[in-house]
Amino acid sequence: MRSIASEIALVLKLFRHDAVRQRKRLALTVAAVAWGTLSIVMLLSFGEGLKRSLTKGSRGLGDGIGILWPGATTRVWQGLPSGRTIGLREDDRELLKARIPELAAISAEYARYDSVAVGKKRVNVRVRGVDPCFGDLRKLVPREGGRFFNERDIAEKRRVAFLGEELAQDLFGSEDAALGHTVEIHQTPFLVIGVAEHKLQMGMYNGPDSKQVTLPSSTFKSMFNATGPENFVYRAASWELGDTVRSEIYRVLGSVRRFDPDDERALGIWDTRKMQQINAQVSIGIQIFLGVIGALTLLVGGMGVANVMFAVVKERTREIGVKMALGAKARQIMLPFVLEGLLITSLGGLLGTLLSLGLIAVLAALPLKGPAFEIMGRPTFSPGVALATALVLGSIGMLAGLFPARRAALVDPAVSLRYE
Amino acid sequence: MANGNGKHAPSAATGGALIRMRGIRKVYNTGRVEVEALRGVDLDIAPNDYVAIVGPSGSGKSTLMNLVGCLDTPTSGEYILSGDWVAGLDRNRLAEIRNRHIGFVFQNFNLLPYASALANVELPLVFAGVPARERRERASALLERVGLSDRMEHKPGELSGGQMQRVAIARALVNRPAIVLADEPTGNLDSTSGRAIVDLFEELHAAGQTIIMISHDAAVARQASRVVHIRDGQIVPDGSAETPVAA
Repeated sequence: MRSIASEIALVLKLFRHDAVRQRKRLALTVAAVAWGTLSIVMLLSFGEGLKRSLTKGSRGLGDGIGILWPGATTRVWQGLPSGRTIGLREDDRELLKARIPELAAISAEYARYDSVAVGKKRVNVRVRGVDPCFGDLRKLVPREGGRFFNERDIAEKRRVAFLGEELAQDLFGSEDAALGHTVEIHQTPFLVIGVAEHKLQMGMYNGPDSKQVTLPSSTFKSMFNATGPENFVYRAASWELGDTVRSEIYRVLGSVRRFDPDDERALGIWDTRKMQQINAQVSIGIQIFLGVIGALTLLVGGMGVANVMFAVVKERTREIGVKMALGAKARQIMLPFVLEGLLITSLGGLLGTLLSLGLIAVLAALPLKGPAFEIMGRPTFSPGVALATALVLGSIGMLAGLFPARRAALVDPAVSLRYE
Repeated sequence: MANGNGKHAPSAATGGALIRMRGIRKVYNTGRVEVEALRGVDLDIAPNDYVAIVGPSGSGKSTLMNLVGCLDTPTSGEYILSGDWVAGLDRNRLAEIRNRHIGFVFQNFNLLPYASALANVELPLVFAGVPARERRERASALLERVGLSDRMEHKPGELSGGQMQRVAIARALVNRPAIVLADEPTGNLDSTSGRAIVDLFEELHAAGQTIIMISHDAAVARQASRVVHIRDGQIVPDGSAETPVAA
């Protein structure tokens, strides 16, 4: 151990000696590694940013929710023909809640297209009636000062409305101007109690939430004499229970409406967990792809280090021979070169990482707007990025030092002592 | 002197010799041609011998020096150094043997240019794993011994040729080797410094150190107690060459 410590001291001394004598060559090598590190950190950080916005976007519709639509049977069942329409009824919500304990939340969604007006401004949009848990299920987060519906709104059939943020902007000129004002829906005045916070929504049915107006289900039903909900939105108690809840819905409704619970077409269910999973896999794929490109760039820098080290070994052949004559073992010859390779790579790596952190900070401060930037996200430095970079950098540094060092250790002392 | 003669007592197997070479052959394979540099060398060197190896260039004396110094291994033959069977050892074992038994002195000094005189002398002890304090003590004692106590922190570039060779000799002695192996130690020195180095070797010999020296210079070789002539890869029998000059 003691001899390793003094070897390290010797290497540092050598490095300092080299640094003075070959400032340019050393600077270029460190710069090459720094550039490679910058590339890999930036690419991985872009990947991380993209992953985060993809994750956010795929949750924009709701996290781990399912959507249930009417369907039609495709199988003969209990003497009944196939091709029967299976509709949804108002009381299905209570039925499913009572029969499926794994079901955490379920909301009906009634909908129609109708006119919504403020003064002379009039638009035709999707108007929907929902239950209070819909806001949480579908990520309808109210902007500051507003709220979503509660049970009292439902019980009292209040005329209150929750607006999508784009709709609020269209009608009132800005998202914040709508709150507390009145909109006319189907020529009936409604009080705006909430405007949705902007969200990145990558999955949708019947258009984006930002252009819809949402009412309490009870108000909607009595106003429009709705016969049955257009669909239900639900979530299982946990991510893993999603499959159980899905098959339970078929079983429960199948026994009431008399259809084969294995007849997948009798009801339409969109399990959005699948979309989220695919999104996660895509973003991992993108990260791997970006990481490989970054690693290859860094490899070029590593080759620069190895190249310089080979030149150093050649230059110091005589010195290596002298050390061998004095009794240095292969390990004692190799160690300085390995350490020097590692030293150059860590210097370059440190420099590259600092530069990319600066660049990331600058990019984060830039006012980039637009849907493309929204999906791309901002490059984000994360512990995962740091770990991946350190691993790639470390192994490249190791290899860049090891191969020249091996060559140094294979020097023939008898020959090298005569080497000029 | 450093070698008090206890540590490297030759074993009975070598018949009292420190070095015992028998039938040493060395063949270099240069691709198409095989060159036989040594063709059956027998050599015995006793403790406290002062041997000069002389011969024209191409005679095989560098090859012999490399083999004696364990820098290279013979193609065939047996070599026992200080009781250790040396022929056929691997590189790391040879490095250990060199470190413990051989002190090299080269014609062109071969000091590390960026290290102080003291650090240069310490180097063999670094490879031997000697603790820093002991290294420093032993190295400075030896620099004092060769008359350089006021030059310990000087870099080789700040020393004269004669001083550099003294540093090299201190380095050769620092691990208390059985043998000091000197290859043309005065070849790069002016006659005055050369003379001083020869005197230093004489002093070491008087203190009990075994020395093997390779030299072109007949005057230098004459200082040795025994001269071995080598020609065409073979040792010329003592009788047929000029008689060794007593020290």
